[in-house]
Amino acid sequence: MPVIHIDGQEYEVEAGQNILQACLSLGLDLPYFCWHPAMGSIGACRQCAVVQYLNPEDNRGRIVMGCMTPVMDGAIFSLNGDKASEFRRTIVESLMLNHPHDCPVCAEGGECHLQDMTVMVGHRDRQYRGKKNTHRNQYLGPLIHHEMNRCITCYRCTRFYNDYAGGTDLAAMAAHDHTYFGRHEEGVLQSEFAGNLVEVCPTGVFTDKSLMKGYTRKWDLQSAPSVCTGCAVGCNTLPGERYGKLKRVHNRFNAEVNGYFLCDRGRFGAAFVNSEKSLEYPGLRGEDGRFNALDHHSALMHMVHACHAEEGKNKVAGIGSPRASVEANYLLRLLVGAENFAPGFSDREQPLIELALALQQDSPALIPDIQTIESADAILILGEDLTNTAPRIALALRQSVRNKAYELAAELRLEAWQDAAIRNLAQDQRSPLFIASVADSRLDDIAEDRVALAPDDIARLGFAVAKLIGGENISELEPELQARAQAIATALQNAQRPLIISGTGCGNAAVMQAAAQIAQALCQAHNRAMLALAVPEANSLGQAMLTGPGAQSLAQLSKRAAAGKLDTLIILENDLYRRGPKASIDALLANVANVIVLDTLDNATLSASSLALPAASFAESEGTLVSMEGRAQRYYPVFVPRQERRASWIWLLAVMKESEREEVSELHSFDDITRACASDIPALSGITGAAPDAHFRNAGLKIPRQTHRYSGRTAMRADVSVHEPKQPVDEESPLAFSMEGLNRSQPGSLLPFVWAPGWNSNQSLHKFQSEVGGHLKGGTAGARLLLPATGTSASTATQPDATLAPSAPQQPGQWQMVPRYKIFGSDELSVHSPAIAELVDPGFIEISSDDARALGVNDGEGLVLNKPDNASQGELLTIAVATLEVRLNDSIAVGCAGYSVGLAGTEDIIAADKLVLSKADNWKRHKPQIIGSDGGGSTGGDHV
Amino acid sequence: MSELIPALSEAEIAAIDAELSHVPVPAGAAIDALKIVQAHRGWISDESLNAIAKHLGMSAAELDGIATFYTLIFRRPVGEKVILLCNSVTCWMKGCDALQQTITEQLGIGMGETTTDNKYTLLPMTCLGACDKAPVMMVGDDLHEEITAQSLQALFSNAGSGGET
Ligand code: SF4
Ligand code: SF4
Ligand code: FES
Ligand code: FES
Repeated sequence: MPVIHIDGQEYEVEAGQNILQACLSLGLDLPYFCWHPAMGSIGACRQCAVVQYLNPEDNRGRIVMGCMTPVMDGAIFSLNGDKASEFRRTIVESLMLNHPHDCPVCAEGGECHLQDMTVMVGHRDRQYRGKKNTHRNQYLGPLIHHEMNRCITCYRCTRFYNDYAGGTDLAAMAAHDHTYFGRHEEGVLQSEFAGNLVEVCPTGVFTDKSLMKGYTRKWDLQSAPSVCTGCAVGCNTLPGERYGKLKRVHNRFNAEVNGYFLCDRGRFGAAFVNSEKSLEYPGLRGEDGRFNALDHHSALMHMVHACHAEEGKNKVAGIGSPRASVEANYLLRLLVGAENFAPGFSDREQPLIELALALQQDSPALIPDIQTIESADAILILGEDLTNTAPRIALALRQSVRNKAYELAAELRLEAWQDAAIRNLAQDQRSPLFIASVADSRLDDIAEDRVALAPDDIARLGFAVAKLIGGENISELEPELQARAQAIATALQNAQRPLIISGTGCGNAAVMQAAAQIAQALCQAHNRAMLALAVPEANSLGQAMLTGPGAQSLAQLSKRAAAGKLDTLIILENDLYRRGPKASIDALLANVANVIVLDTLDNATLSASSLALPAASFAESEGTLVSMEGRAQRYYPVFVPRQERRASWIWLLAVMKESEREEVSELHSFDDITRACASDIPALSGITGAAPDAHFRNAGLKIPRQTHRYSGRTAMRADVSVHEPKQPVDEESPLAFSMEGLNRSQPGSLLPFVWAPGWNSNQSLHKFQSEVGGHLKGGTAGARLLLPATGTSASTATQPDATLAPSAPQQPGQWQMVPRYKIFGSDELSVHSPAIAELVDPGFIEISSDDARALGVNDGEGLVLNKPDNASQGELLTIAVATLEVRLNDSIAVGCAGYSVGLAGTEDIIAADKLVLSKADNWKRHKPQIIGSDGGGSTGGDHV
Repeated sequence: MSELIPALSEAEIAAIDAELSHVPVPAGAAIDALKIVQAHRGWISDESLNAIAKHLGMSAAELDGIATFYTLIFRRPVGEKVILLCNSVTCWMKGCDALQQTITEQLGIGMGETTTDNKYTLLPMTCLGACDKAPVMMVGDDLHEEITAQSLQALFSNAGSGGET
């Protein structure tokens, strides 16, 4: 390790770093703006200046930029000498010339990197008396507020938005002191990762619009480590609360998962917690069919009664949920018995998720975390639209394809942080990414080749690639696909770290099997292939681990209910109407006398229940979720649930305790349940490692959820009572609802907020990292439950009898339904966040313009989707499944029609259904339901 | 060729395509394309910008970043002749501020404004490279050196606001 001298001290530093990184890693405070640990250096802001001396005799030295100067053995620097300090002070002074004096009304205030750096360099008195520049701000959509006057032209925003995240609609305009960062015209920012601007911009130019609507300073937020429930990626988050409302979500650094960035569904979607639909009291359906509010104890007794099985008379079953915690699902399964427990997947989805788990458990390939995904140097995506199903992974792939650039840079001995140089060097040379999917995707711009195919054809292409790698022949395949398969196989074989990604997203088992086969074939030839399979929900994989294969399906339960064999059905955090056609769910619920539903927000299933119990959301409860890479992660209550809301695990444990059930006699706390689940279910045995238990203390202290400046504890309830209530006590975790305790160096799973003296902004994170940009000092959060299978023997799951020959042509006049996911809209909960709701379109069906012409419809007109009625003989009879707005998309695979998953109107469509389409008469084009967010939002509502 | 013809004339497209044949990536012809369209239309409207961006396969934001970077690409309509008054160091020392005042009085326009008869637009310019003859300005394609209140008077004598030249 090189030794450098800083202000007369010797330090050993990491080779390959720059001086700025070295200083920060050593714990020395060197101000900076434009450098970002995930985006490297460009030397634009001139803030990180230090003085470098040629040799010990040199006493003049020269100013160099710390972020652009590599560490070299024996190099001599001055960080705190007058010359360097004065330079840095004047840089801030020059940035301040045009910066407004508006910290008190700025949403960044109190967590502003510019404030911190200004104080750090000692610039106090403003000498400039001239006029300041002012800019016109833009409407940028419902998520982000724009306040251009605060810009210090560090270029971090465009570097993140364009270079890192692949956005195209934000740019630096004009030049010198009127440089402007914005869109070329007002309108919604198009990137799914735009929300990161809030954290990337070191000042208050881009701020969180929802936070501004009920503003709270960072120091007044109560926060706790949490996990995003938006999808199965499991990004780590830091939600902040005040007055019982979730105010905002910030990124919680996890080097192996989300790093520094979240997607906008995760960041802005969590506000569903504040929805008016949130249930506060239990409700019991009365004689008149209406719900009457109950207190929690009477509700509990009703449930105990309903669950009481008398000589096998009362048959109880439970439906769990892939969006509920492992613990709650485990308890429900315990309560009703494994044979009466359905995991709560749709019938279509259940085998797919079981398969995704089996394939990963059996695969000799590495199941990568996101950091490892970023190391891939050749990638094949089979059938998954990652930007909409696992968004953070799509962002990671944009970094993976840059490995080619880093290779080129290494040849020239450029360090990886030389961002501008490396981008210039590589231009558009990228590591190969191949996409086979049902239609276009947001990653197409970085793909070497992309082909749109029907799901079965994607699978055939995949199997062919696997065969080629295994040295078999693929002559059955159409010649055009043969060439493609050959190119893909060659690229994967030539790579050091090939990655295959697929998932449940196109609703086809063979596609995932093909992906696993390729990974396996590569492993037999290679040492390091990676396989990633996306699943839909935050705990889909955990749920499959809990039940193991062959669990009760909804169809099986429905059958039992229809046969009059079910009296009570307990549904845990699951809106069944999103899991199957309305008619069959109606039937299931009608055939059961007691329908008990535990959920957070009102929904159709809850409305059909006889007893509804308010379940605390992720922000008010603790739980473990298993992400798509098999990482068990713990989330903690950010605040205490309102009114009669309780965590589902508490409801369920209480019911079993009241019923004096033997199995729970030893279970008293949340940790007990986690431990019981770990010892009962081998696949989940690792979940206790997700986070320390409630006994953990940091140097003898609990970990505070409130900052040391948390204010107004007495005043904030003064409208109700002038007496300050006792702070709630958290017995279930090592965290405290208090300012007291120690927030330093604890395990990463227990990080409630970042702050360090002099570093109020999120840039203080580096004080919690072992080295700047590296792992958290206390270790990375989460426990991996999936380890690569040893041996390369072919597993049963990966081995269907793969045929490469094209299947029989589709019936003319029928279209195969292929799912099209939407980051805003396909997920159940995030659409209840007001900001996200503005971005949700009405349901649609995507067909090619040729098909549209044949059907006689235009973009924006309506199509009726009909199911051919098999029962009818001869004559063509059909049943209408849906009527949807047409969207033309010429990238869609031949014979396929894409439907918007999870959006209104598509409930009854099932992936792979073959439907007949016909023009809808009297179709009125839907207006998107947009709630105006902003006076200036003229362009905001126009999505069609 | 481009389906977006209405926003770009055939002559413009032909000229842009000629530039495109000289560059390895289409975005490399961005500045030339902007200059070509400006030569035909006097300025770059939002419609022109969008059409050029589409023709070059760039995003409008990216192209606008380039267009607004250069002082001599006009994103708003300008008069028949653009007055580029240098206000960089040398010309500033030699009194460009007072000269600007004179122009404003004579033509009735401030910086960034166009006379009502659409003859002149006044814009600042940082160094015309003729510092030895400071203060200087350009009117249309002509460089005027060592300008004084008198020479301005003569130059714009029959201009007046809205008057004839
Ligand atoms: S808007 Fe923010 S991130 Fe962008 S250049 Fe200005 S200060 Fe930097
Ligand atoms: S990628 Fe998934 S887990 Fe991560 S922030 Fe987005 S929705 Fe949440
Ligand atoms: S941080 Fe080094 S120049 Fe900006
Ligand atoms: S300063 Fe005016 S021409 Fe150089």
